Amino acid sequence: MIKKFQNLNITWGTALRYIAGIIVVIYLLWRILQTTSIQGSYGPDTWMRFLITGLVIGGIYSLIAIGYTLVYGILFMINFAHGEVMMLGTFAGYFVLEAFAAISAPGSGNQNMSLLNTYPVAALVITFFVGASVSALIGYLLEKIAYRPLRGAQRLIPLISAIGASIFLQNAAQLLFGPQRRQYTNPDILWRGTGWMIPVGDKSVMLTYTGTFSFILSMLLMAGLLILVKKTRLGKSMRAVAENKQAAALMGIDVDAVISKTFIISGFLAGAAGVMWGIHNGLFNHYVGFIPGIKAFTAAVLGGVGNIPGAMVGGMLLGLLESLGPAILGIDFQLKDVIAFTILILVLIFRPSGLLGETLKEDKV
Amino acid sequence: MLEVKNLKVFYGAINALKDISFNLDEGEIVALIGANGAGKSTTLNTISGIIRPVSGKIKYKDQDLTKISPPQIVQMGIVQVPEGRKIFTRMTVYENLEMGAYTIHDKTRVKNNIDKVFSIFPRLEERQRQMGGTLSGGEQQMLAIGRALMADPLLLLMDEPSMGLAPLLVEQIFEVIQNINQQGVSILLVEQNANMALSIADRAYVLETGQVALSGDAEELLKNPIVKESYLGG
Repeated sequence: MIKKFQNLNITWGTALRYIAGIIVVIYLLWRILQTTSIQGSYGPDTWMRFLITGLVIGGIYSLIAIGYTLVYGILFMINFAHGEVMMLGTFAGYFVLEAFAAISAPGSGNQNMSLLNTYPVAALVITFFVGASVSALIGYLLEKIAYRPLRGAQRLIPLISAIGASIFLQNAAQLLFGPQRRQYTNPDILWRGTGWMIPVGDKSVMLTYTGTFSFILSMLLMAGLLILVKKTRLGKSMRAVAENKQAAALMGIDVDAVISKTFIISGFLAGAAGVMWGIHNGLFNHYVGFIPGIKAFTAAVLGGVGNIPGAMVGGMLLGLLESLGPAILGIDFQLKDVIAFTILILVLIFRPSGLLGETLKEDKV
Repeated sequence: MLEVKNLKVFYGAINALKDISFNLDEGEIVALIGANGAGKSTTLNTISGIIRPVSGKIKYKDQDLTKISPPQIVQMGIVQVPEGRKIFTRMTVYENLEMGAYTIHDKTRVKNNIDKVFSIFPRLEERQRQMGGTLSGGEQQMLAIGRALMADPLLLLMDEPSMGLAPLLVEQIFEVIQNINQQGVSILLVEQNANMALSIADRAYVLETGQVALSGDAEELLKNPIVKESYLGG
């Protein structure tokens, strides 16, 4: 028996880990069984609502998680200021919408009709574009100022710089825009709390316009990113640089330029996610990037950091687990953050390479 | 064509190249041979511009390469086949070749070059949709050479093309190198397999701890007792 253990190369540490894991799984299954079949506390309409919430928030997490993964794929560092990049996108989108709402439409003859509601589609397109572009610019500057001078330093050092940049950006936003909570002014066609009523069983569930819009837009952006990475010259050069910077440089690829563009793309997606967050949730302040930032990091780790489809799957999965999890486990809804971070810890213990991640070679760890 | 003069390179505190001078004329195959750590790869990477020298000059067609960026050096026709091949394992064979032509913006020229590479290495055409990482060692070396040819090189820098290959494959690769040379591409060849390198080179330089220890015609060096003793296995 003992010999067999030695052959399998199981140490006390790993054995303990697996025993702990089995206990956790059994406990979770017991809770799930209890709440779903024995108590039956939620009807199908409630589950439907949780599902919708999970998909919407999951799409936002996915977009931010892609940013972590793209940067990690190339520089092997976690850009902990990424949540703040998103936050500045939320602010930028807010100010654009405010501007549209403040200007009355010329020639409409009605003083109360703002530009925002006369041309809502154009206003939204511009809002998203500006929000995403501001974040893209912040991402670009962040790399240039906080990370590039540290290229080649020990791996802990850019990480510390990232945390510093995060604190700096958060405080800068507070100084510039004030600490008060602000509310997004949506155009009437995308008003929060309005939507289609979907009959589920004998009740009905609202599918909000903002949620549907966010979900579809996040899917489109992700599809666009996949095409960019797979098919375009820029995408191919990004993959080449991610795999081997020296070889890429020898092909005549400007490695620094590719790294800059990676930060721009990451920032762009985070900015779009930031505007979605504002449009869907409404209230925000300078802390808005913190929790989604850490959640998206969790999502990236869950999917396998460095792996783009992994970040997408991880984000959706985390969104769903977070919204369905408290109900399934029969715990308080305030504990959804605990679920997210428990997942982070469990993944780090049992599958550090993530769901879709490959086992990393030594030069990348 | 290429003139390296008093090249001195530091890796941190380590003096990797102390004083290296050599030259290469158009159409030549010049070999740099020497033991591990003699500075052969460092020399090639300094020519490619990814390592910058402390002092010294690299003159190529009247320009000093030490002041030119790596992408521009590739555009001037100096392309390296790196040590250990360094193909992109998670990209397809076809994409690897496309990356080789990164500095060429004309799509039809890229397509023509791919056809040219496929005619030299029919094996790569068969495997064009496969990931680079799934190729065998010999095929990876073919891909690394093919990828370098994609940039229309005038001077090819080859770092240990025989490394880790079976003797039969080594001979095939060296045949290909000679063919490429006959089509007008000059070649600077770094090798630990001195026997093989000297048999196809016109001239050679023997490097020892960052300095040129010996130089001369390849045929003469093959007969040189010191070279025989130290690099040709007695």
